[in-house]
Amino acid sequence: MPVKNSNEKNKKISSKNQFDSSRRNLLKSVGVVGAAVGAGAARPQIIAQDSLETSPISREALEVLTAEEAETLESVCDCLIPSDEHGPGAREARAVHYIDKSLASHNKDARESYMLSLEAIDKHAKKTRGQPFYRLNLDYQNSILLAVQNDKVPGCSPSGSEFFNIVRNHTIDGTFCDPYYGGNQNFVGWDMLKYPGVRLGASESDVAQGAALEPNHQSAYDIDTYTKAASNNATNQSRGEDNA
Amino acid sequence: MRKNLPKTDVVIVGMGAAGGVAALPLTNAGLKVIGIEAGGWLSSRDFAPDELRNGARNWPQSVQKAANEAPTVRASSDVKAMQGGHPMMNAVGGTTMHYWAQSWRLNPWDFKVVSETRARYGADRIPIDSTVEDWPFGYEELEPFYDKVELAVGISGQAGNVRGKINRSGNIFEGERQSEYPMQPLRSSPFTDLMGEAAHRLDWNPFQGPAAITSELYDGRPPCQYHGFCNKGGCHVQAKSSTAFTTIPKAIDSGNLDVVTYARVTDVVTDHNGKVMGVDYVRGNEEFFQPAGVVLMASYAYENVRLLQLSKSRAFPDGLSNNSGQVGKHYLSHHQGSPVIALFPHDLHNWYGLPAQGVAIDNWADDNFDHAGLNFIGGANLWAHTDRKPISAAKMSTFGRSRNWGSDWKRFVMENADRTNTAYIQKTTLPYEGNYLDLDPTVKDKMGYPVTRITARYRENEKLIAEFSQDKMEQWYREAGAIDIIRTGLGDLMGASTHAYGGTRMGDNSETNVVDRWGFSHEAPNLGVLGASVMGTSGARNPTLTVQALAWRTAEHLVTNWRSITG
Repeated sequence: MPVKNSNEKNKKISSKNQFDSSRRNLLKSVGVVGAAVGAGAARPQIIAQDSLETSPISREALEVLTAEEAETLESVCDCLIPSDEHGPGAREARAVHYIDKSLASHNKDARESYMLSLEAIDKHAKKTRGQPFYRLNLDYQNSILLAVQNDKVPGCSPSGSEFFNIVRNHTIDGTFCDPYYGGNQNFVGWDMLKYPGVRLGASESDVAQGAALEPNHQSAYDIDTYTKAASNNATNQSRGEDNA
Repeated sequence: MRKNLPKTDVVIVGMGAAGGVAALPLTNAGLKVIGIEAGGWLSSRDFAPDELRNGARNWPQSVQKAANEAPTVRASSDVKAMQGGHPMMNAVGGTTMHYWAQSWRLNPWDFKVVSETRARYGADRIPIDSTVEDWPFGYEELEPFYDKVELAVGISGQAGNVRGKINRSGNIFEGERQSEYPMQPLRSSPFTDLMGEAAHRLDWNPFQGPAAITSELYDGRPPCQYHGFCNKGGCHVQAKSSTAFTTIPKAIDSGNLDVVTYARVTDVVTDHNGKVMGVDYVRGNEEFFQPAGVVLMASYAYENVRLLQLSKSRAFPDGLSNNSGQVGKHYLSHHQGSPVIALFPHDLHNWYGLPAQGVAIDNWADDNFDHAGLNFIGGANLWAHTDRKPISAAKMSTFGRSRNWGSDWKRFVMENADRTNTAYIQKTTLPYEGNYLDLDPTVKDKMGYPVTRITARYRENEKLIAEFSQDKMEQWYREAGAIDIIRTGLGDLMGASTHAYGGTRMGDNSETNVVDRWGFSHEAPNLGVLGASVMGTSGARNPTLTVQALAWRTAEHLVTNWRSITG
């Protein structure tokens, strides 16, 4: 599988700019007028990305999908956002991992649609090409997926075109979401679009750089404002020192 | 068992944009206020820059009371209404937590659509099936309250007309202001500069629109950080001037406001004479009766109307303040659909920035241009703004240049992720016969109460404005260098919207309006209504600041006339 060694992709990132402590307090205050802080203080502190450590694919748990469904879906995602000469795609972003997790939570209503449609796609592949979908070459896979989109594959639920829209939406979500949700691993989705990443502020010069702005490769939940530790000042401060 | 609570001076139902503002002048005057809010308190930690949760999954709305009572919608009374989503959220601060925070004053024309149209073009230019009336007062009456709210809430912007002195960096078409904005406008961006320069070349008058967002240190709150997660997200530094960070804490500090969270008002209780006695509410599995001298309804338009329609009594058998049958009438939702989408041949640098960081054109709004040769009245505000996120970028249209998946598609989004922009075009929308809100006969919320049913569709006037304004927007984008344009359909169904108006319209005539010029019921004198449900016209711009100015005005009126209103 084309996933790089996890050590090399999870570089420790530290910030040149420390959080102003009064600003930190403001961020924690609720509904109360906070301390006076100027714009100059508005640079995020970025913490190490230990929480983003990516497991090798063989160690991913499937929470909802069966192994066979996951394999079919992996190939569907790969057709939608392919890994190609222009770089990694949904496969490297682990869109399938995202979708599987989401089917246990936010997208649970789509579970049946996946179950029936992935089975239908695989059946159709075996019937027309004599192989499971995931074993077919990309051209055959693409032609079957096009048939799904055009409602030409029987058994998809609620229909081929509707399932296509569902899986396309979820594959995009899984490729370009915050990595916290299990997709966009190693920020391949954000890098694909040259999105420089989430940050707590953007200066005029940041904006002027556009796609040339150095990507910061952090999850929103790496920013200490949004970690559980944010409620614990002591922990916060010690993290700050670690990353100074 | 329903528990009777000690009487208070004022109950406000809903601590959002309107109720959250009204609480301040009331409590400053020493009145004891209880704010009953369906949501809870949110903190800065709840506003992570997370497009999936906030945008794609709609977190601010999806876990709320409102989502359980989303209105059903139909275009006309001969079809079945279908339940959709609810665009608003419940929280202390309401939807001011996650709104775009554009904070406009209405144009003076919007207060006098009927008389101005008659005078300039003739009476036959008012659409025949419209129920539009002039407001009971003009812009001048509301101006001092706009001014107070802009200061109390914290609005940034560039004035165009201060005491008659025109500043061409601002909106030259705006009504006369007494003061400058309390803060300078949000900064421009490479994209808004590009659009602004193009507008100048067309001899239009671009300006940076007003926002309830700090552009500098204001009242202890830091300036906007432009991180780009304003839309459907709250502010991590409280730069967005949500009432939860501005007027509500101040009202609480006065010692005169108590906010009851996660409470749902089920009935506004009246006596046999039609006087309001207080409200019943449910919190968890407990029921309470909260007696009050005055009740101010300050939930969203759909819920204001619904609660009145649900509050049936001997004095008001068809719902509170509805003995003239006007509750739910004159409903409209702003025509914000039919956008124009542009593709540019270069990056726009919009990854950071917020919807309120935009450049506006008012040349084609309201009656700012001659309609003599046209077949509609009113117009549209054109708005070009920053705001780009990866998921929504990947879901953009491919302008017919590739199919929507596969290698070609991937190349298209890689190249164009930061090269498209969608305009926001707000259009004059009028009230009409046959457009109304009532209780759905079959669909109920989880507590068993019927939800609001919207029966409404846009008419010819709205569709003509939409087409006209799309032409102007396309012209603007092309002047700025757009190489491709998509114009989406004009639409027909007037669905649930973040800009919902009417249903408890304000006016002197009690036969056609629910509340008087002060926002108090024509039928139940100690019942006031706050929110856009009292507005009879939409204007071509976001309603919140007008809602807040009206709320402040109603609250001051109550303070001054406490004895006669409660007597």
